[in-house]
Amino acid sequence: MASGTAGHLNGAEPVLTAHAVRRAFGSAVVLAGVDLTIARGEVVALLGGSGTSVVHGTAAVVFQEHRLLPWKRVADNVGLGLSGVDGPSRIRRALAEVGLAERHRAWPAELSGGQAQRVAVARALVREPDLLLLDEPFGALDALTRLRMQILLRRLRAEHGFAALLVTHDVEEALLLADRILLLDEGRIAAELPVDLGPTRTPDDPAFGALRRHLLDRLGVPTT
Amino acid sequence: MAGLLRLGDDLVDPPVQMARMLPHLGLVPLLIIWVGIGESLKISLVALGPFFPIYFNTYAGIRDIDERLVEAARTCGLGQAARLRHVVLPGTLPSLFLGLRLAIGAAWLSLVVGEQVNAQTGIGFLMMEAREFSQTDVVVLGLLVYALLGLISDLALRVLERRMLTWRRGLRAT
Repeated sequence: MASGTAGHLNGAEPVLTAHAVRRAFGSAVVLAGVDLTIARGEVVALLGGSGTSVVHGTAAVVFQEHRLLPWKRVADNVGLGLSGVDGPSRIRRALAEVGLAERHRAWPAELSGGQAQRVAVARALVREPDLLLLDEPFGALDALTRLRMQILLRRLRAEHGFAALLVTHDVEEALLLADRILLLDEGRIAAELPVDLGPTRTPDDPAFGALRRHLLDRLGVPTT
Repeated sequence: MAGLLRLGDDLVDPPVQMARMLPHLGLVPLLIIWVGIGESLKISLVALGPFFPIYFNTYAGIRDIDERLVEAARTCGLGQAARLRHVVLPGTLPSLFLGLRLAIGAAWLSLVVGEQVNAQTGIGFLMMEAREFSQTDVVVLGLLVYALLGLISDLALRVLERRMLTWRRGLRAT
C-alpha cells in the first residue's frame, strides 16, 4: 500500500501506522490485512468498513453512540480520567467549544441526541489528542443534526489540527471532512483517493459532485 | 467477586444458587445447635436473610452494565480500579438498592423468627408472652410496631435511593 500522500500536510512523522490490520466480526472479515498510515493533522476517511489500529501518541475515540456515563453530570463525563489542576478550566473550554458551556451540570439523560454526541466530542477534545478515532460518529443522528456536527467537526479540526481516522458509510461525510479517502472492499483497501477540495468545501461545488459520483460509482451505486 | 471475575463466578455462584433453594428460616434448628439460642442466633439469622436478595440483585446489576460504557471508559484512560469505581459501582447501584429493599424485608422476618425462638427480650418475646395470656391487644400492637419499623426502614432506603440516583430518568408516576 503506497502512502505517498501521507506526509503531505505537515511533513511530520505519522501519528498512526498500521500494518496488516485484520479485523473480523464472526465470519465477516471487515479489515483483511490493511496497511494504513496517517500523518499529523491529516483526516483520513475509511469508507465502507470499520476497524481499529495502532496509535502513536494520544488518541481519543468518538463512538457511534455517545457512550456517556448516565450517572455522571456532563462536566464529569467530559473530565473522565482527566488529571491535573487545570482540569476544570479545560473541561469548561471543551464544552464551550461544542456550544454546551451552560449545560455542564446536566445529566446525560436530559440531553438530546445531538447534544449528547457533542459532549462526546468534547470528551475526546479535552484530552488534546494527536489522533481522533471517529467510528461512525454521527451515524445515529438525524440528517440536520448530522450536518451541524460535520460543520462543527470541521471547525474544531481547523482550530486544533488533530489528525483523524473517520470510519463512515456516508460518502458526503467523507468528502466533507477528509483529506484522503480509503475505499474498503471486502476488508481490503480497494482505492485511495485524495480529496483536494480545500477547507471550505460544500456539496454544491462541481468538483465535490464529481468526486461523489466517482466514489458512488466505485461503491457500485448507480448515480443516474 | 462472582459478578466480576470468571473464576469467582465459577466458584461462588453454583453453591450460592444451591443454598438459595434452602429457606434460610429452615436453618433455625441447625443454628440453635451451632450458636445456641442467645443473641448470636438473632444476629446470624438477620445476617443470612438479606444475603440472597442483595447477592442476586448486585450480580444481575453487574451483568446488566453496558459493556460499551466500560470500553468508552477504557479509551478515556481509566485503569481497572478506576473503571470499577466510575462505571461498575455506580452502574450497579440501582440494582443494589432494589436488593437492599428486598433485604430489609427479609431482615425483619428473620428478626421476628429469631425473637420468638429466643424468649428473653424483644417485641417477639412480648408477643409470645401475650399469646400465653390471650392478650390480643398486645399481639396486635406488636404487629403494628413491626409494620411501622418495616415502613420506616423502607422509607429511609427510598430517600437514600432518590438522593444517590438523581441521574435516573425513568418513567415516574404522575
